[in-house]
Parts: sequence; C-alpha cells; structure tokens
Amino acid sequence: MSVIAPNFKLSGFIKSLLDNIFWILLIFVLAGLPAVFMILLLIDLPIIDGELLTPFLALSYLVNPTRLIPVIHAFLTTDIFRVIAFPGFGFAALLAASVIFVERKMMAKLQLRVGPFYCGKVEGILQLMGDGLKLISKEIIIPAKADKPIFWAAPVLFVATAAAFVALIPVAPGWVVADIDLGLLAFFAVIGFFPIITILSAWSANSKYPFIGGIRALFQMVSFEIPLILSLLGVVMLTGTLNLSEITESQSNFPWIVFLPIGAIVFFITMLAELERIPFDLPEAESEIVAGWLTELSGMLYGLVQLGSYLKLYAFAALFVVLFLGGWNGPMIVPAFPEQIITEGIEMGPITLTLDGLESLLSNTITQEMLNGTLWFVLKTAGVIFFIILPRGVFPRVRVDILLDLGWSKLIGLCFINIFIALGLLYSGVLGPGGLQ
Amino acid sequence: MTTELPRDIKLASSEKQIDQSSSNWLPPGLALQKVDEKIMTLNVGPQHPGSGHMRLIIQIDGDYIVACDPDPGYVHRGEEKMAEYRNYITNIPHLERPVIHDSCNILYPYVLGVEELLGIEVPERAKYLRVIGAEINRCIYIMYWLAIYGIFLGHSTMFMWPTGDRELLIDLMEKMTGARVTHSHFVPGGVRNDLPANFEDVCLRQVNYFEKRIKEYAAVFYDNPILISRTKDTGVLSRQDAIRLGTTGSVLRASGVDFDVRKKEPYDVYDEFDFESIVMKEGDSYARSKVPWLDMMESCRIIKQALEKIPKSGSVRVKLKPNPKGKGFDTVYKRVESGRGSLGCYIVSDAKPEPYRLKLSVPSFRNLIALPYLLKGEKLGNMPAVYWSLNYWPVEADR
Repeated sequence: MSVIAPNFKLSGFIKSLLDNIFWILLIFVLAGLPAVFMILLLIDLPIIDGELLTPFLALSYLVNPTRLIPVIHAFLTTDIFRVIAFPGFGFAALLAASVIFVERKMMAKLQLRVGPFYCGKVEGILQLMGDGLKLISKEIIIPAKADKPIFWAAPVLFVATAAAFVALIPVAPGWVVADIDLGLLAFFAVIGFFPIITILSAWSANSKYPFIGGIRALFQMVSFEIPLILSLLGVVMLTGTLNLSEITESQSNFPWIVFLPIGAIVFFITMLAELERIPFDLPEAESEIVAGWLTELSGMLYGLVQLGSYLKLYAFAALFVVLFLGGWNGPMIVPAFPEQIITEGIEMGPITLTLDGLESLLSNTITQEMLNGTLWFVLKTAGVIFFIILPRGVFPRVRVDILLDLGWSKLIGLCFINIFIALGLLYSGVLGPGGLQ
Repeated sequence: MTTELPRDIKLASSEKQIDQSSSNWLPPGLALQKVDEKIMTLNVGPQHPGSGHMRLIIQIDGDYIVACDPDPGYVHRGEEKMAEYRNYITNIPHLERPVIHDSCNILYPYVLGVEELLGIEVPERAKYLRVIGAEINRCIYIMYWLAIYGIFLGHSTMFMWPTGDRELLIDLMEKMTGARVTHSHFVPGGVRNDLPANFEDVCLRQVNYFEKRIKEYAAVFYDNPILISRTKDTGVLSRQDAIRLGTTGSVLRASGVDFDVRKKEPYDVYDEFDFESIVMKEGDSYARSKVPWLDMMESCRIIKQALEKIPKSGSVRVKLKPNPKGKGFDTVYKRVESGRGSLGCYIVSDAKPEPYRLKLSVPSFRNLIALPYLLKGEKLGNMPAVYWSLNYWPVEADR
C-alpha cells in the first residue's frame, strides 16, 4: 500500500519537474558548454587515421561503428586507461568488491547462516553498494583533540598507497601500469608506507584505543616485513631479475611454488599478518581494543580504509600469483576470434557490416594471449584469496607475544632454509637465472 | 602456582582516600590519579565490545596489566528490595530477570525456599519436570556464554555455531513452558504447566542431536592450537586461592575443587541420576572454559535419564493455601547449582504475603572477585580470555 503525501498534486509535481529541467538546461548552456569548450581549447586533440579528432568528429563517429573502432583502439592504448580501468584501479576495485561479497557469503555458509540476502533481490548482491551509500551518508566525526590534517589525510594516503601497490601487478603480457625493472624493490618500498600511515592515523586521533592499535600494527608490520622480504629472495636468485613481468615469464614451464614451497608458505603467512587478517588481526582486535586504529574513524573515512585494505588484499594475492603460481601462464583456453567477422563482416539482413579497424585492434591490443592471461590470472588470484579468507572461519586471534615469536624466530629461520634451497638449486645446475633450462 | 594469595595487590580505588564531600570528586577511574608516567589507565566499558554491562578500570604498563578494578553496578535494579513489596507469587516473573538465559535455575532456590516455609510436598512428576527444565536452561545459558567466549577470542564461527544450536533447546523450552527465555515456569508447589503431548520424543531427539553438535566444537574450538596457546597457563587460579576467594561453580571446579551442589546437597531428585561432577586440575583459562562445555554433556545425560524415570502421569502442582498461618519470623536458605555455580536464596518471612527480606547470593559476583587477582601481570591481549572465562554474567552480579 503506497502512501501519498496528503497535499500531493500531480500538476504541482509536473511543474516542479519542468522547473528543474529548465534550470538544468539554462545552467548547462550558460556555464557548462563554455567550460567544455575552454577545456577543449587547452588539451591536445589526438590524431586518428590521419584526421584530427575534433568534438564534432567524435560525435559523428558515435553513429558509425566502423569509424568508432579506431577511437576505442586509441583509447585502450593510452596511459589513462591503464591507470583508471585495466589493469589499474578499476579492475582491482571490481575484484576487491567481489572479494567482499564472496567473503561474506562464504563466512555465512561456514557459520551456518545466510549472510547478505535481501539487498538486490538475488542473494544480497547489492549489499556492498548499500553499505557504501550508508557510509557516504554518515556524518564524519573527528575527535576534538585530534590532529585534524593528518587525521583526514591518513585514510586517503592509505587508499593511494594501496592503489600504488596495485599499479605494480602485471595482469597479462604487456598489461601492467608501471613496468619497472626494480618492480619487486618498489613493492618493498610501497609496503613500507603502510605502518607509517597506520601509526599516523592512530596517533593523530589522540585517543587511547587507536594508539594501542597503531602500536600493535607497527609491531606486527615491521616484524613481518623482514620474513616477507627474505622469503622472496629465493625467487629473485632463481630468476635473476626484479622485474615482475620477467619473473612471470620465467615460470612458463613450472611455477616457483614447485621448487620453493617453504618460501611460498612463509610469504603466505606474512601476507596474512601484513593484511591484518584473522588470525593476525591484533591491530583491530575488537574485544580488547574496540576497533584498534580504526576506532575514531567514521563515515567515509572508515570506508576508505576498508577499500584500501581490500585493494591491498587483492594486490598481495596477485603478487603471490605472480611470484609463486606463474602469473598469467596457463593453457590456452580462450577460443580464437572468428576470422569470418574480420574478413567478411557481419551480415545484418540486407546490409553487410565490415569493421575496418577490428583486425589491428585484435592483433595489437586485445589479443588472444591477453584474454587468456587475464583469465588465468583472475582464476589463480581468486584461489589465493579463498585461502586468505578461510582462516577467518577457523582460527581465533593470536596474542602479541606469540605473533612476535612467530615472526622473529620461526619464519626468519624458515626463510633461510628457503634461501639455501634456492642456492642449492642454483649451484647444482638444476635451475639457473631465467627459469628452467 | 602460588599457594599464598597475592595480597600485595592494591586496587586503584583503594589507593586513594575517597573524599566524596570535596567539590572536585569524581568516580574512580575518571579522577586524575598521580601515577607513574608509564602507566596508562583504560576504561574497558561500559561502552566497549569486550566488557558487558560493566566497567573494568585497567592500568597497563606497556602491554602488561598492573591493576584491574572491576566496577559493576550499571544494571542494578533492586531485585531484592522489589521482592519485599510483592507477594510470593508475583515475585516469580521479576526474580528471573537477572539471568533470563538461566531463568529456571535462578528461580529454583527461591521456589525451594518458599516450599520449605510453607511446608508443602511437591508431586514426584513436578520434581522431574523441574530437573528437565533446569538442565535445559543450564545448557541454554552455557551456549550463550560459550558464544561470547568465542567472539571475545576473535573466533567468529564459535560465536555463530552455539547461538544457532541454542535455538534447539529454546524451542524445547518454548514447547514446555510457552515462553522462549523468561519462562516463569517454576512456582512454589511444582511447575506451572504439564508437558505437552509427545514432548518426550521431541526432547529426546533434540537433545541427542544437540549432544552430537557440541562434540563437534572440540574440533573447531577446544582442540584449536591457537586457542590452546592463548588460554593455557593464563590467569592461573590455584586451588587454595579459589577456595579463599570464595569462587564457585565452573571456576572452582576448574581449579581442582570437587564442589557441585547437585552432588553435595542434592535437591529435588538429583540424587537419583548418574552423572559426573566435572573437575579439572589446571585452574587456567583453558580449564575454566572447558568445564562448562563438559557440564553440558552431563546435563544431556541427566535430561535423558529424567525422561526415562519420570512418572508417566500425576499432578504437577499442589494448590497453595491462602496466607498460611505462620510461625512468626522464619528464615530459610536454599542453594542450587546454576550454570555459573552455586546460587543461593535467603528468605526471611514474617508470616505475611510478602517476604520480609529476600537475599540472592549470586555466583557471578563471587566469581568476579577473583578477576583483579587473575589479571595482574597478564598481557592486555589476555584480558577478554581471562575475564569471560570466569563465567560471569554482569546483570546477575548487579541484581
């Protein structure tokens, strides 16, 4: 039963709509269009197929798919597409969002519950969107004695650092935002920022529980960074490079987890600790220190930290795939694009639509290898994420002293065993730099 | 394990002479105390996910707790005073409020006491029904306690499983009494209602399944290496200290003292059942968390035996005579073994319809006294594990 406001009048409603449309049009014509043209005056327009892409030409391309394909091709090769959409932030955020949903449903099944169910009709698939809207609409409350600039900046920095981490991940051959020769070193540098941001956020809140949580996070991250770095030395020794794309290529025959299982296990455990996942969620231990270093964060500041931590989760899982599971390498399962469409075009009743730029698009940018590599990468990453989520259903939280004991004595010892295995493989001639020989 | 009680502990509130008449007096914990610069005072509660309806004033030096001052009383509602203004029957619904999860057991000593004052004999069938109700309620309470113990240790599965399995027994109690938690089932002279038809079969089936389920908790919780590493040898309460601090129930039995009111002073028909009194020697948090879980298995055994031995017919309640001519002042003290320990009720009657005085001696408050001794020198991460292992229910302690 719908309830209409008692003084509701249809004519008044339509009039208000028309008024809104009138004002929107007026503001767009008087302010919006001049602004668009001023921007267009300032930027360099791309040249596609020998023609300058003016706004008029771009609009005319929209009705002609034959001429649209070169524009898409040009856009796919720009840096901005790589940073924003694929394989950068958009791709990672999409995967992170699906991880949150899968985690909730999986934990619910493990704990004999239903989990998100109502939002979005089908199994609560829109729950995350609802939560996001709720967080955005919440008031941001800042403690009176907080150091306000740092308190505001810390969640933003957290997401930015996580996004920088994502930029290092090669998803498919040639598809990486920052393909640098010191990729692994850059990764070590990026994860070094997280404890600093955490302690900044915790300290600036000027509150007791965030402070304890921040100190715990600092303990945990610093003491687990050492086994984290040492566990990857074996891979670096065997491949002889720090470039993540080259490390992936070196695993075309065998993933390194076959030869370096101890390194993989150590890296996985340290990954759980760096991500503050159960059983290492001491910085956010609810029953001891409320929500740890997140206690004073509210509204979208909290949402940003959550987004950042799930981006970080994706990035760590992807790094595990790249270093130990062979990255994009895998049997070719994506079928080839039908030749007929490229050569003869698509028959649409009486007309035959020929797509001219399609061949160069398919052979240069969206190749079969790229699609196949992306598919294998996503599948492997999903598998690793599954194993990252799983301990949350089975383990309680560990204590600080047990955690530090694990990090400083046991894991570092295992790291050295792993390094000796790598050295043994190297000097016995079984494997050499550059992969299986 | 020390045999001597650590008497050198001084609680934060006792260190300072409290002068409430001065204008800048503040409650303990809020007042600025001159302490070492290294010491940080934490108010755990009452708005803290790990406290319950109470406050723990904790002083920490780094990660070590140097002093703990429990501050209960946030949910005090004057049950004992209220009881003096209501007659013996209208006292029943509000006396079970302190522990609604264990509402049969908290009414049990009151009902036994009133029966002794009146000098009436309860029908045999009602005695068995009371045992069934009390044992099911014990399991309901322990499941709730166990769920919170799980989430206090960060084990979310152990929060969800007991909360879900508890529904089995709540459904049973709903069939038996008509209410899910606050049953008001025990009345002086018997129980309020007889069993519904076919209850015995349903009860046996549910309890068998329940027993199977709680055995599965060992795999996910009690045998978990991380749980053992967290709770073994933390908060050790020796046998002598447990007796001298006056703890009771699972805390006392986890420290190696075989004291179960059902065994030592059998009330109603508890002497007819074959069950064990669970005792563990260690006295640490792990033992204290394991004793109630083993208790539940014994409760299941008692329920099954009671379902076999119960007389198949007969009345479940004797009529009370209005305003029995009393003998002047008369007192009675009865105690039972509740989910948390021995729960006593002391009634002073002056031959009027209302009690002259009613005193509840609750196990929660007696177990809480051990907390400052156990927490001293522990790490902050052990605080929830030790605190909730004391089988403490804040609302019951405040009454």
